[in-house]
Amino acid sequence: MVEHRPIVTFVSHLVLIFGVAIIAFPIWITFVASTHEAARMVQIPLPLLPGDQFFKNLELTLFKGLEGAGAPPVGFMMVNSLVMALMIAVGKIAISLISAFAIVYFKFPFRMGFFWMIFITLMLPVEVRILPTFEVVANLGMLNTYWGLSIPLIASATATFMFRQVFLTIPDELLEAARIDGAGPMRFFVDILIPLSRTNIAALFVILFIYGWNQYLWPLLVTTDQSMYTVVMGIKQMLEAAEQSPDWHQIMMTSLLAMLPPVFVVVFMQRLFVRGLTETEK
Amino acid sequence: MAEIHLNKVHKSYGADEVLHGVDWHIRDGEFVVIVGPSGCGKSTLLRMIAGLEGISQGEISIGERVVNDLEPAERDIAMVFQNYALYPHMSVYNNMAYGLKIKGIAKDEIEKRVNRTAEILEIRDYLKRSPRQLSGGQRQRVAMGRAIVREPSVFLFDEPLSNLDAKLRVQMRLEIKKLQERLGITSVYVTHDQVEAMTLGHRLMVLNGGYVEQLGTPIELYERPATAFVAGFIGSPSMNFLDAKISEDGKKAVFPGGDALDLPGDLAKHANHRVTVGMRPEHLQVDEGKSETTSQTVQVVEHLGADTLVHGTFGSGNSDLIVRLKGIRTIGKGEVLPLAIDPRNIHVFDPDSGKRLDS
Ligand SMILES: Nc1ncnc2c1ncn2[C@@H]1O[C@H](COP(=O)(O)OP(=O)(O)O)[C@@H](O)[C@H]1O
Ligand SMILES: [Mg+2]
Repeated sequence: MVEHRPIVTFVSHLVLIFGVAIIAFPIWITFVASTHEAARMVQIPLPLLPGDQFFKNLELTLFKGLEGAGAPPVGFMMVNSLVMALMIAVGKIAISLISAFAIVYFKFPFRMGFFWMIFITLMLPVEVRILPTFEVVANLGMLNTYWGLSIPLIASATATFMFRQVFLTIPDELLEAARIDGAGPMRFFVDILIPLSRTNIAALFVILFIYGWNQYLWPLLVTTDQSMYTVVMGIKQMLEAAEQSPDWHQIMMTSLLAMLPPVFVVVFMQRLFVRGLTETEK
Repeated sequence: MAEIHLNKVHKSYGADEVLHGVDWHIRDGEFVVIVGPSGCGKSTLLRMIAGLEGISQGEISIGERVVNDLEPAERDIAMVFQNYALYPHMSVYNNMAYGLKIKGIAKDEIEKRVNRTAEILEIRDYLKRSPRQLSGGQRQRVAMGRAIVREPSVFLFDEPLSNLDAKLRVQMRLEIKKLQERLGITSVYVTHDQVEAMTLGHRLMVLNGGYVEQLGTPIELYERPATAFVAGFIGSPSMNFLDAKISEDGKKAVFPGGDALDLPGDLAKHANHRVTVGMRPEHLQVDEGKSETTSQTVQVVEHLGADTLVHGTFGSGNSDLIVRLKGIRTIGKGEVLPLAIDPRNIHVFDPDSGKRLDS
């Protein structure tokens, strides 16, 4: 239904602008705060327009960090976050691709049993199994390592299901043609299944990267060493800096920086992302 | 080049048997067609030859080798699928080259073979395109190219033309026939379309419900169908079937309305038995002044241009009868046509088993 009455156009724009403002305003404030000196940020009223300290704050935050709060430089934490998010995203995709491949294309005893076991893990996210998982990670000596940060988050029922659906849409004749061409199971997987799931992999990568990047509770538990802090938990750490008022200009700069990588990933992979979620023809 | 032996081949899915023992010797270089209605087990049989389905009982050999336990790739076959099954993410060139790459054939040899095949099929211009950018007919050619480039000893086709429009189908049919003659590679072709089967095959296998009804050349199937099923399946419009009784002396078929027709031979051993009499529409002709043998009361007339189809009832009874007359005829509804048929064109079948009855 397409309406052309001006009042409708006006109201719909109003609603949209209102929605955008609600989302954009906090981000604007974050940006503004990151461009002023520390002293300006504790005066009332708070500034609504940017100051001139952006690059100075940027350098300070990235390379020195909040020494008083016991947090490493933010640049450092961002590298940790990046490694963790990539390991989680790539690991989840790799494991789910392989398990979906096994479930769809192989007949083995208790196949449906395994299928349901994977299904049940949907009910057991990290938050639920956090104590036993911590125990395991600690006993394996993986505290304060990238492995400890990422491995417990890698198993993924959702992604396994998604790839299972994707594989089920691939016609059997393609498998048969490949068998006649002499492709064994791994060749079929690498040469045909993975390229055909390309867009789905990209879409999933976007979602999983953001999921990994935004992890808070788990990194908080398994890292005690400053050198392993991730940026999302680092923000919280800065707020709790004892015996002084929070350094808002740096905290806000950190938040801004923490927002950037997910935005980049979405922007650069948008085309593939949309195709991966909507494309049906194989 | 190879011959194929099927030896008492059975197929069951669980307790369901879908093929009940197929024996066939396909000669080297022969083009054979498996034809039958949908669900009769044609594809299953072809896929068993290809190695895509297991063999429940019996033995299949290609050339000198029993292939029961060989993987499809080890059987030296190539297959063309109904939906083409082209790899959607690969260019036409790579679709054709993929199997050769896996075989470990050298790059320049692959290039030579793909180019030569593309030349034969006139698809050189599309080698760089992806299958998505091709029309149905072009995809069909690429699928054939992928089979030819492997230089197999057997080609297998599973209804390769059924996704094309009618005109293209006729054209590709001819091309497949020419190509097979040129390459001389043993080919097994599956179709439900009797015209395709008749025009393509050196020999045909008619399958029905997992049983082989008849094996033979197109002409044998047309002239001496072994069962009423084959008689009705081959030819269009379909053969007329009429209930009758064999006369006391075994020389005539007597119809319920009292009409009688001479039989090709002496069926005295079936005297007084109920039979089914089959007559092809094109074998019934209007009797021009000669001794009239039977007649048809006309109901509907269809003009095909080259032929005229006359629908009506047979003789003085009320069984349906179709007659195919040459050329354009002006015939009115309700008219009674005097008809004649050469006794050699009359087929007699057992009404229960459907088997052909001969003298
Ligand atoms: N994987 C299967 N499992 C059970 N029954 C099957 C399977 N594949 C085919 N059939 C049955 O076998 C019969 C023959 O099928 P098919 O060979 O595909 O027939 P068509 O002559 O149409 O190619 C059909 O009745 C079909 O239902
Ligand atoms: Mg079929």
